[in-house]
Amino acid sequence: MPSRRVLGDWLGVAPFFLFAVAFIFWPAMTLFVGAFRAPQGGFTFANIVALFQPFILDAYWLTIRVSLVTAVGGGIFGFLVAYAAILGGLPRGVRTVLTTFSGVASNFAGIPLAFAFIATLGRVGLVTVLLRDLLGLNIYDRGFNLYSFWGLSLTYMYFQFPLMVLIISPALDGLRREWREAANNLGASNMQYWRYVALPILLPSLLGTMILLFGNAFGAYATAYGLTGGSLNLIPILIGQQVRGDVLHNPGLGYALALGMVVVMAVSIAASAWLQSRTSRWIRRGA
Amino acid sequence: MGARRFWSWLWITLGALYFLVPLYATLHFSLQAKRGTLSLLAYQNVLADPQFYRTFAFSLQMAAATIVTGIVLIVPTAYWVHLRLPKLRPAVELITLMPFVIPAVVLVFGLIRAYSRPPLLLVSSPALLVGGYTVLSLPYMYRAVDTGLRAIDVRTLTEAAQSLGASWPTILWRVILPNLRVAVLSGSFLTLAIVVGEFTLAALLAWPAFGPYMALLGQNRAYEPAALAIMSFGLTWLAMGVILWIGRGRQGGPSELTGTH
Repeated sequence: MPSRRVLGDWLGVAPFFLFAVAFIFWPAMTLFVGAFRAPQGGFTFANIVALFQPFILDAYWLTIRVSLVTAVGGGIFGFLVAYAAILGGLPRGVRTVLTTFSGVASNFAGIPLAFAFIATLGRVGLVTVLLRDLLGLNIYDRGFNLYSFWGLSLTYMYFQFPLMVLIISPALDGLRREWREAANNLGASNMQYWRYVALPILLPSLLGTMILLFGNAFGAYATAYGLTGGSLNLIPILIGQQVRGDVLHNPGLGYALALGMVVVMAVSIAASAWLQSRTSRWIRRGA
Repeated sequence: MGARRFWSWLWITLGALYFLVPLYATLHFSLQAKRGTLSLLAYQNVLADPQFYRTFAFSLQMAAATIVTGIVLIVPTAYWVHLRLPKLRPAVELITLMPFVIPAVVLVFGLIRAYSRPPLLLVSSPALLVGGYTVLSLPYMYRAVDTGLRAIDVRTLTEAAQSLGASWPTILWRVILPNLRVAVLSGSFLTLAIVVGEFTLAALLAWPAFGPYMALLGQNRAYEPAALAIMSFGLTWLAMGVILWIGRGRQGGPSELTGTH
């Protein structure tokens, strides 16, 4: 009787796990197996070794730079904005508006976001033209290009910093007023409160979210494609080209690229989850 | 206090500018299709294009199919995990977070490779696209439903229904689902916002969806893409507005709006 009940219990969740196998794990496995398969069949590390050619290393390097800059930049900016809204002594409505706007902005990505930034910072974009006409500053003559590293980074920031606002807000809520009062009563200055109390509590959460932002930018395909039409040598763009037609002339190398991306994402999400759990322990203990 | 207020307003203003300037620029650009004057010509051109309706309708259908699949898959699973198999919760949560580990461009690569050979020739079937979209929507749908289940007394409701002689399908359909209305609706609208403008899966599986249509227009036209961006933004805004509105007065709203790309 108990075994029948256990079987029944498992049947209840079977469709979900079957779906996960069919649409997540089986497709992922075929890529991973392909990454280690030689053209004639049999096991090989050649595809993984082939990742270390200059052309692909360049793509990894550019993707890492864009992800790093937008994760750190978007992270710090998002933190400051969230801090200002929650603990900056502003009217309560500011926070509600910020949360709503952040929810919209963090989901406003892909092709329409690329269009928005072309209209803003493209060659005839509003801000480009304003800077030229009002300040006599032609940013394109000064080396700026929307379709290159900094342009892409500025565009990614549009969904990166609101994501930081949304994720860090609960942690900021968890900073208890008593901690600040206790620190002040013990004679701590504002700087000391931050250096010894608030920052150590928030740091894992901040770092964890930044790593999440890193992964978020690392895997972004649609925005990059919409902006550059695939001309920028980024890892997601390379994978996309490989899917459309074997541009690398080596299917195995394409699978190795995909595997490399999943490894980067898995490491960053695991590190992020670990760091987040360290903060939530503090916040829960405090609450 | 004065200094602190000043810095707070400064950062909020900068954040607001980052948010609003590109929108204003896009709006401004979209109104300039007629030289020297502001006009709605770009919007008229978009709305006069049959491809616009065809691709948008296609994406809406895919979104509807994704939402139904997501609900059918997630609600019973999350319910069962709550009621009978709490030990499985970490495994289920991990699976729903897989889209953050496997980005869309890799997911579609794997789907194409896994399902492009007989007997599993699914690559030209919309089922593959809907399956992929369902994967992308798992984190949002699951989190919304899980939050909803936490807020109700699943065990008592189930036992009450059972003692009145209800079968499992009846319990799910007539007791649990109505109590999860708000959660399921939030998850659905978020899924709608994600799927309708989605580009990666649709383009690489070669479907005539709204995302690829926008990308194509971006290559051929100047002002119409800006008009499309404004319309698409309006749609995202609408979906978020509905989510906030149906979930008003509840705890834990903001985190449900979180999405990644």
